[in-house]
Amino acid sequence: MLTEFGRILLFLIVGVIFVAGGMVTSRLLRPSRPYPSKLSTYECGETPIGDTRIRFNIRFYVVALIFLIFDVEVVFLFPWATVFEELGWFAFIEMMVFLTILLVGYAYVWRKGDLDWDKPSPKIPRYEMGVGVKEVDLTEEEVAV
Amino acid sequence: MELFDVVFYVFAFITVVSAFIVVFSRNIIYAAFSLLFTFFGVAGLYVLLNADFLAVTQILIYVGGILVLLLFGVMLTSNVINVDIKTGTIQTVPALVLVAIVAGSLSGLFYSTWKDVSAPETSVVTTTPALGKMLMTTYLLPFEIASVVLLVALIGATFIARRST
Repeated sequence: MLTEFGRILLFLIVGVIFVAGGMVTSRLLRPSRPYPSKLSTYECGETPIGDTRIRFNIRFYVVALIFLIFDVEVVFLFPWATVFEELGWFAFIEMMVFLTILLVGYAYVWRKGDLDWDKPSPKIPRYEMGVGVKEVDLTEEEVAV
Repeated sequence: MELFDVVFYVFAFITVVSAFIVVFSRNIIYAAFSLLFTFFGVAGLYVLLNADFLAVTQILIYVGGILVLLLFGVMLTSNVINVDIKTGTIQTVPALVLVAIVAGSLSGLFYSTWKDVSAPETSVVTTTPALGKMLMTTYLLPFEIASVVLLVALIGATFIARRST
């Protein structure tokens, strides 16, 4: 007799075996001819420039923070959802109060523009008559986006 | 050894080994990623202790949220990759004293209470409905206060993290 988590464990075990089995069989079957170019970073056929690791834009972090808060909110929703039918309107109103308070925070971040995905405006080099191609230095961030 | 014990030791092994990697890894990215396995192993241990809701919460919040935040934090920091993390031993005597105090009190706590602890009942009852009922009745006020705390955290965190233009 398996419990619900026992099934999850079974899935985990099968998943590990699946991945490990695939890697082991491919190791057994494939020819081994290593050379340095195979280890280089793939950059659409170009020679890679600079470091692979770039600084991420700060807005990812803010969005992740907002996500985390509402993640916690969802965790509170789960136990409520299992007993909500039993407890009736009282529990429903309580949860609505809970959600309304957090909605204030949502309205705040929305109003303050934290949810706006400000698109980068890369300065594309433009040809001007008689001047030639104007070189514009892109910052690392702009290149990344 | 029963199946339960085998599963317990597997999860304990995952937790402890990945925690060691977190502490001793020189590459901070590897440390952050092996923290994933630590959280995951702890979630498995929670399941074995019949704390199903806690386990799911662990996965949902720590693995799904906090770890992502941590990785963003690592990746947002410039020049974090090739920096030698300082792992020299300093302040040995105070550290030893502190560790001795903590270890002593923890093991004292363990030895004074472990006889009263019984193994979790094998008949699995999901804890989530009971938790929900308690949150909606007995612990209603803390539950509502939690939303205010979350609100404060949301506003404060975004205020601090916002790009100052």
